[in-house]
Amino acid sequence: MRIVIAKPGLDGHDRGAKVVARALRDGGHEVVYTGLRKTPGEIVRIVMDEDASALGLSTLSGAHDALVPAVCEGLREEGLSEVIVFAGGIIPFDDRDSLHDQGVRAIFGPGARTSEILEFLEAASGRIESGEPVGVGENSGWRWG
Amino acid sequence: MAMGLSESDTMSSALSGSRRDLSRTLTAIENGASFNFTAADPWTLGVTGPPGVGKSSLIGSLISKWVDKGERVAVLAVDPSSPNSGGALLADRMRMQAADSADSVFVRSLATRNHPGGLASRISPMIDCLHACGWSRIVIETVGSGQSEIRIVAFTDRVLLVDGPDRGDVVQAEKAGILELADIIAINKSDLPNSEQAADSVRTAIGLANGPDTSVHLVSAHDGSGVDDLLEEIESCSVSSGRNRLRARERLLSAWDSRLLDHPGLNEVLDSLETGSITLDEAVESLR
Repeated sequence: MRIVIAKPGLDGHDRGAKVVARALRDGGHEVVYTGLRKTPGEIVRIVMDEDASALGLSTLSGAHDALVPAVCEGLREEGLSEVIVFAGGIIPFDDRDSLHDQGVRAIFGPGARTSEILEFLEAASGRIESGEPVGVGENSGWRWG
Repeated sequence: MAMGLSESDTMSSALSGSRRDLSRTLTAIENGASFNFTAADPWTLGVTGPPGVGKSSLIGSLISKWVDKGERVAVLAVDPSSPNSGGALLADRMRMQAADSADSVFVRSLATRNHPGGLASRISPMIDCLHACGWSRIVIETVGSGQSEIRIVAFTDRVLLVDGPDRGDVVQAEKAGILELADIIAINKSDLPNSEQAADSVRTAIGLANGPDTSVHLVSAHDGSGVDDLLEEIESCSVSSGRNRLRARERLLSAWDSRLLDHPGLNEVLDSLETGSITLDEAVESLR
């Protein structure tokens, strides 16, 4: 799978994003890492140019409620509804339902194992193969975990 | 690929300006699809050099200059796949400033997928596709660390070799065979000490290898110095017939490699070679 790992907004810490990028590479995926401080518009552009099937958003700044929905909306507007979106970082449990409602299929917090992220992607691929909706703009209540 | 849309529909949509469908068409080409693009003469630049010398950063500086001049710039940034997992970490674009925001810049990261010659055979149709879609400057970036990576730049019309200070002996670059393919050499990081010495040692080496027609530029992607001159040199660069022949040779070798690696009898021959039941000469004969 081609996966973009992105750092939206002004958050300047990317150790987590890099660990995840490396783990996904070791799991056999082609991973494009965006680097720090990307706007939602830039992230949508990168997903489009790279023809990625999945997008992982890493955010530690607390701005997830503003940034993550903006990315999801941008993907839908640009006709990239089939892209699988997942998120990670510091995202409080109380905020997660609204992100899932935006089409985010999995949220991984501190302590999550990289193997679990690979399992999620495998489950998402399995759903695509059997024709079940999983993309950010595809109507589906499905979420990981 | 969107539901119900054929590859040729996607390509038509790409030709009429859809960025998303250009991206999807490139994926289809990467995966082996072939399309007919009207014959044309794309403008291409290959950029290669050792890891960490600042190829992507320098391309970022060139992109900004080109965009200011009204060009539409597409970059294919090639990185190796991991031989263990088959995965790849593609992070060239993060070093290219302005890569993600301008409509007139398109950057696609590509993994080699452990198929030497395989990606090289897809590069030409990808270039044709980008050209047909109106991209006026097409840059191919690859790490100059292995023969298969170097062969990729042989598919471009002009080759820029990027090196840096304190990289040790220029003999390393000569050994890799990149020096002969390069039309222009840039020593990046001119803001650091020893860059002038690095440029001198490269000049000495190419004086022996390439003759006087390869120019050496001191540049800094960091502070921008020398980039205007480099750009001018790239724009006015004419390809010498000697290097054209070298490039044709590399392209032939990569096509030959692909043909060999795609041969249906390859595994069987490898089995026989492994057990020693046939000689190398016999193996080559049976794969012809």
